[in-house]
Amino acid sequence: MHADQRCVLTGTHFINGDAACCEGALAAGARFAAGYPITPSTEIVERFAARAPKVGGLFIQMEDELASSIAIQGMVWAGQKSFTVTSGPGYSLMMEHIGLAAISETPCVFVDVQRGGPSTGLPTLPAQGDMMQARFGSHGDYVTIALCPNSPQECFDLAVKSFNLAEQYRVPVMFMMDECVGHMTEKVVIPKADDIALFPRRHASKPPGEFTLFEPGPDLVPEMAHAGEGYKVYVTGLTHDKRGYPVLNADAQRELITRLFEKIRRASDELTMVEAEGLEDADVVVVSYGITSRVAQRAIQMARDKGLKVGKLRLICVWPFPEKLIRELASKVKALVMPELNMGQVVLELERCAGGQCQVISVPHPGGTVHKPAEILEAIERGAR
Amino acid sequence: MSTTELHVHNPVEDLLRQDRIPTIWCPGCGIGTTVNSFAHALLGQDIDLKKTAIVSGIGCSGRVSGYMNLDSFHTTHGRAIPFATGLKLANPELNVIVYSGDGDLTSIGGNHLLHAARRNMDLMVVCVNNMIYAMTGGQAAATTPGAANSTTTPYGAFEPELNIPQIVDAAGACFVARWTAFHVMQLERTMAKALKKKGFRFIEILSPCPTYFQRKNNMGDGLAAMVDYKKRSKIKNGCPTWETVLEPGGEIIVGEFVDREREDYLTRMRRQLGSNYTEFPPQMEEHESEGCSKEC
Amino acid sequence: MLKELRIAGFGGQGVILAAHIIGRAASIHEGGYATMTQNYGPEARGGAASAALVVSDQPVLYPYAVSPDILVALSQEAYSRFVGEVKEGGMLLVEEDLVPLDQKAQHLKVYGIPATRIAEELGKKMVLNVVMVGFFCAITRVLSREAVVAAVTDAVPERFRQLNLSAFDRGFQYGVDLLAKGAVTEENSVAVPQESEV
Repeated sequence: MHADQRCVLTGTHFINGDAACCEGALAAGARFAAGYPITPSTEIVERFAARAPKVGGLFIQMEDELASSIAIQGMVWAGQKSFTVTSGPGYSLMMEHIGLAAISETPCVFVDVQRGGPSTGLPTLPAQGDMMQARFGSHGDYVTIALCPNSPQECFDLAVKSFNLAEQYRVPVMFMMDECVGHMTEKVVIPKADDIALFPRRHASKPPGEFTLFEPGPDLVPEMAHAGEGYKVYVTGLTHDKRGYPVLNADAQRELITRLFEKIRRASDELTMVEAEGLEDADVVVVSYGITSRVAQRAIQMARDKGLKVGKLRLICVWPFPEKLIRELASKVKALVMPELNMGQVVLELERCAGGQCQVISVPHPGGTVHKPAEILEAIERGAR
Repeated sequence: MSTTELHVHNPVEDLLRQDRIPTIWCPGCGIGTTVNSFAHALLGQDIDLKKTAIVSGIGCSGRVSGYMNLDSFHTTHGRAIPFATGLKLANPELNVIVYSGDGDLTSIGGNHLLHAARRNMDLMVVCVNNMIYAMTGGQAAATTPGAANSTTTPYGAFEPELNIPQIVDAAGACFVARWTAFHVMQLERTMAKALKKKGFRFIEILSPCPTYFQRKNNMGDGLAAMVDYKKRSKIKNGCPTWETVLEPGGEIIVGEFVDREREDYLTRMRRQLGSNYTEFPPQMEEHESEGCSKEC
Repeated sequence: MLKELRIAGFGGQGVILAAHIIGRAASIHEGGYATMTQNYGPEARGGAASAALVVSDQPVLYPYAVSPDILVALSQEAYSRFVGEVKEGGMLLVEEDLVPLDQKAQHLKVYGIPATRIAEELGKKMVLNVVMVGFFCAITRVLSREAVVAAVTDAVPERFRQLNLSAFDRGFQYGVDLLAKGAVTEENSVAVPQESEV
């Protein structure tokens, strides 16, 4: 098990989700990270702090999460791939800089290992209570991408994917783990470096003088130039024009914000990342994400054993929400059942997209552990009636 | 005669984003004066401007980054230093200058100021201190001296002012200086010196805010402030920073207070890491936090 | 086949590594599936340490062990805390010098080993966890000896490999001998006090 130059730990491992996430970040080419200790996410950066210097990178423990979440953006504008890692209260502190990354189109990854909340809540136990925060947490209008792994293997695979999506669309990507997945140890297979596809930085294709920093490309995503390359970039958190210069009026706001939304909306098919099974003849479909999807799978098996026609739809990418898919599904089934480790967050979006075409049953859970399969089974049975 | 014939090229112009002028700053404001000194300091040095980045937070002084024809980063309120830290760490070749205001750097961003100084991060930080929150309309700052009036302290402030050089010194900065917007030549020389130094360098510049601070406290216009600075300033290079408190109406101690050698963060990191840095990665062991593998 | 097991003791006994070895053996060397979870939080600092494993030939869906088939207890506190959750008729493997049993163990198949003493004989008290893993392997037969040996080899640093393999062998042999003595399934190998005695 030797890591190569690209720092990919190719091989079969028995590691936890936090360690796998760290390996995913390294395999994706991230060499720099900033963070502040917080349970249950710290193991990711502990490992990174040991690994990164060996490939010319570093981890810096900043004074707080505000600092961490913006230091990574400095790292990105210096030409590197970078990420920060946090949980619960730390994620709340990072909200402002998710907005900065969104408006300045800074490709970076925020890893949130969700724990029970609000406030200090349950530091060592799982929840999925930050899902709305991942979508709407920062002030103002913006869009992000949020992925939810359900195993240590996916903590690796989807960490790589998160960095790729951040580069492709130039958005902050929310990697929404949870305590259970982060602290759970399972087999993780890390492929060879050559078999891991990376999306390269969309670097300026024109020389300084001919390049406009926020000129949208054909897919509305601009190319990027870094500090120290002679481009004299101008990056601001203010509403800005194509040069990056502040323009504080409604027209500039309309142009910028609609483009930021539109670049993701246009990619909605590609960002519909789901695992579906038995949807064709299902009366009831259980829609879930993250760790909850595994418990849902158990409940689905139990329901099928009872002869019910139950389908599975696991959302790998929760934001943007797979709106089109849900609309189609809702027109065909009796009920959609959504268990989540919160009091009902993503189910609001599910209900909106179902648009009254079928019954939508929320299976809320305040967190601290996962659902009992029987709780989900009961909802499936209710939906099948 | 056309206007172009009248135009004499000022070398400072090359360092400014001409398409961003005029600035947002009020008549009599001292920020532009400090920028002039800064531009001259940059030009007088053998510094690769292509490798020079300027980072600001939010506020009137926070707009400086956007007028400089360098790599410009206008970040969030209080967080210029951590952004600059990331920039420097990920590309150590860059000269990174943080240019921002007193409220931004010492109040909302105070924690970052302390820790960047403690780490001796290789950054030059310029703090324009106008003793008030000007961009938002004249509210009290941590630097508002004595019982001065502001829109949020209509009966005067009930808290003492921060002596910035003292805390930055205590936290470990390797260079600490203070001038006023009146001391343009001294400021330029100090900035030039700081630009060449490695480690955390901090320059405070007292600057008038005629629109808010001077007006709220019946201190006259920008020119009156210059007269006041001239009268009250006392140059004391090497002055212990506990003596640099800004008493209302009292002496303004200016000069270069601290100039010491201390290993900066990146140098120390490379030294401590030694062969652990940028080497071909060795075999990874997945150790557990407990068990025989560690203690044996 | 789905087995839930819990390994518990006090900090420093290496219970996490023991669980790690078993999980690795099951999921990597045996080609099955294993999910290991740990207790964190204040109660996991210093005092008690515990890890749970769900081992199966199918992908593990529900991650936690709810009512373990097997409890491996290396301390009295671990025994008291977790014995109640063990499945009726389940197995209990104990460090017999450290765990005084009570009537709560009477419906379980109990097997004891002086793992710490054996480890001390090997010169390193710290390998008691791997002695226990060997014992576990022999008694439970959930995993093949080869798979667990391979996992021990993987999981410990090279310079301690031989020591740990010896520890495994000693534990395994102790288990084999115990079973040969006839303390198999019906009788408990450790005397469990009856209600009246407690």
